[in-house]
Amino acid sequence: MSRKFLSGNEAFAEGIRLARPEVISAYPITPQTIVVERLSEMVEDGSLKAEYVHVESEHSALSCAIGASAAGARAFTATSSQGLLYMAECLYYAAGGRFPIVMMNADRSTALPWNIYGDQRDSLSQLDSGWIQAYAENAQEALDLALMSYRIAEDKRVSTPYMANLDGFVLTHTYETVEIPERSQADKFLPPYETDNRIDFDNPKNMAFSAGPDTNYIFKYKAHKGLLAAAEVIKETENDFAEIFGRKYTGLTENYLTDDADYIIVTLGSIAGLCRETADKLREQGVKAGVVRIRYMRPFPNDEIAEALKNARAYAVLEKDVSFGNEGTVFTNVNSALKKSGAEVKGYDFIGGLGGRNISAGDIEGIYRSIAEGTDIVNFIGIGGGENG
Amino acid sequence: MRPHIREKKDFSFSEVPENTSFEAGYLVTVNSGWRSIRPEVNSEKCIGCEQCYLYCPDGVIAIRDGKAVIDYDFCKGCGICAKICRIGAIGMEAERK
Amino acid sequence: MANKTAESISREEYFYGHKACAGCGGSLAVRAALKVLGQNAVSVLPAGCMSAVGFNFPQLCFSNNSIISTFAGTASMLTGVEAGLRAKGYKDFTAVGFAGDGGTADIGIQALSGAIDRNDNIIYICYDNEAYMNTGIQKSGLTPFGAKTTTTPAGDNIHGNIRPKKNMFEIAAAHGIPYAATASIGYISDFIEKVQKASQIQGTKYIHVIAPCPTGWGIAPDETVEIAREVVDCGLWYLAEYENGEFRLNRRPKEFTSVEDYLKKQGRFRHLDDEDIKVITDSRDKKWEFIEKNFKL
Repeated sequence: MSRKFLSGNEAFAEGIRLARPEVISAYPITPQTIVVERLSEMVEDGSLKAEYVHVESEHSALSCAIGASAAGARAFTATSSQGLLYMAECLYYAAGGRFPIVMMNADRSTALPWNIYGDQRDSLSQLDSGWIQAYAENAQEALDLALMSYRIAEDKRVSTPYMANLDGFVLTHTYETVEIPERSQADKFLPPYETDNRIDFDNPKNMAFSAGPDTNYIFKYKAHKGLLAAAEVIKETENDFAEIFGRKYTGLTENYLTDDADYIIVTLGSIAGLCRETADKLREQGVKAGVVRIRYMRPFPNDEIAEALKNARAYAVLEKDVSFGNEGTVFTNVNSALKKSGAEVKGYDFIGGLGGRNISAGDIEGIYRSIAEGTDIVNFIGIGGGENG
Repeated sequence: MRPHIREKKDFSFSEVPENTSFEAGYLVTVNSGWRSIRPEVNSEKCIGCEQCYLYCPDGVIAIRDGKAVIDYDFCKGCGICAKICRIGAIGMEAERK
Repeated sequence: MANKTAESISREEYFYGHKACAGCGGSLAVRAALKVLGQNAVSVLPAGCMSAVGFNFPQLCFSNNSIISTFAGTASMLTGVEAGLRAKGYKDFTAVGFAGDGGTADIGIQALSGAIDRNDNIIYICYDNEAYMNTGIQKSGLTPFGAKTTTTPAGDNIHGNIRPKKNMFEIAAAHGIPYAATASIGYISDFIEKVQKASQIQGTKYIHVIAPCPTGWGIAPDETVEIAREVVDCGLWYLAEYENGEFRLNRRPKEFTSVEDYLKKQGRFRHLDDEDIKVITDSRDKKWEFIEKNFKL
């Protein structure tokens, strides 16, 4: 094991190196570029043995990865924002075809207006596509997710592609000390990709076919069940990961001081750290604040959310996206989880950080205070009072 | 082996594959119902030049013992074989029910 | 009597039981090419006629490994399939794509250009029926001047499609591709030889085969092969190869047959007047001037 001072992108690339992908399709887009650049250097210096394909667009990047996966190879690609949307057709294709591709997405705002900075609108707009969606908080988790992703995606109970999201610039480009596992540990943790869902010269297949009204719904139901099954597989994988690498992750969500909390912020990604610091500060002042960090948006942690929030007086979702014409998507999911559980907790949506706008400790403290007092349900941080500015 | 008709034609919930892949060359229906005319080979005239075999879009013509023979399960009655035969050994006749 | 072409290809059928129209030119192109490439061919087909008629679970009409790609992604999926199989250690296989004119010259051109640029070891075959036939005969970049399609209807004001056919063969050649060729299902032996040749060459190979569609062209199902010959005989299509930086013409008609006869046989051209036919004949002459000057004859 070695320790290095790496950016989130570099750490993720190290994790991918250890996962032994066999085909990498690469197309650059800010702020993901460092990942594909590092991987090309690893291929050049021999520390990564993979077919590295310089595709000419993001659509081709994922289409190429699907072809490689159909050949039985472990495939990887990476993108962001406009690129994610350009390959959107292929997201549904890969998921429906049950190809366990891993893709890193640098969470970045989507045009218009143009903006290269981090928010979560790109990945959250693709929640319906059928991919597992994970959100990393720091560089170590990014590296670890890269390694765990293939274990989870390729599990026969799951067979679903996996999108690992890193906040654009905030996580992709910020430097932290990370532990890089030994190659031997990684190989022990992650066996080679084995599947029937591939080209086979002994038993030829016809793949990626059409299914009419009589059977289509059955294929879709099975895909849905496969994604749901990932929840259990994630827990098992994290247990094995802890045994080999010594770091224990907490499943679909990560709770902080939620057991007795009156006011809880529910959030994704790197902002969680500042939320925990703010919760600590408020605790010193006698406010029972807590934080739930959603690690996986798909499969959605309905039970974990309900369990963490059920005794709170109020919760606020802090998210970096909005589903125009309604509310933030994370809030929609959390609100639904609570409603399904039967718990009655006042819920609020705080939309911030769009286009890379800074969210300050003051903003977060403001959220805790306003949900204690009562406010509009849907709020845009930085814009007047509630939805109407 | 060429794609061929299989016994099992319906798939229940548990039989539908988990992913969108299945055995190559698995057929459940024939195309014979498409025809209103059918090709008939005059084996005495046929010299086995293999033009009809080469040009059939559906691949239903084979050469056996030097003569063209037709798989009527999958012939659609397009008539290309009759047109392409240089010696008129194939004629198109009304499809008999 | 042994037929040299028939002897040189597999007797097996790899594309069988499909639901293409009676007399479909595209299906003949796919069938013939797979008989050349054999059981270890891995075919990639985008959304289009051949995939639509061949892959409806549970009626699966390819006996070799085959997969449908997204409409724009034939070449990129081919790249991935080839790289993946190579990464798994397979050596004895041919990755071949069969895309229509729309899937090649329009929505698929970006991925095709990328694949040629990378010189991926694949064969890309465009079966050209000169319109988006699978969706009901709409104009594509390879629809010829004057053709009536459902999006270029022929009326008093406009006589059908007003743009010429994109030259995909020369576009492929302009990349410096190792091998490119034009073909027609009307000259099936020539097409088969070109597929055989391509299978022996390393790198990206592009073959553009005219494959008439009786439904879309407005001809009887039994006229497909004849019209595929006539388009070559009247000079509106040429059989050529590009290899080692050189264009070579394979067939040079001593005298062209009538362009007007070729056009008037088809429902999609029957509305053309003398002026339209002159435009078409003149452009054919101009093209052949270029061929005489630049192709090895």
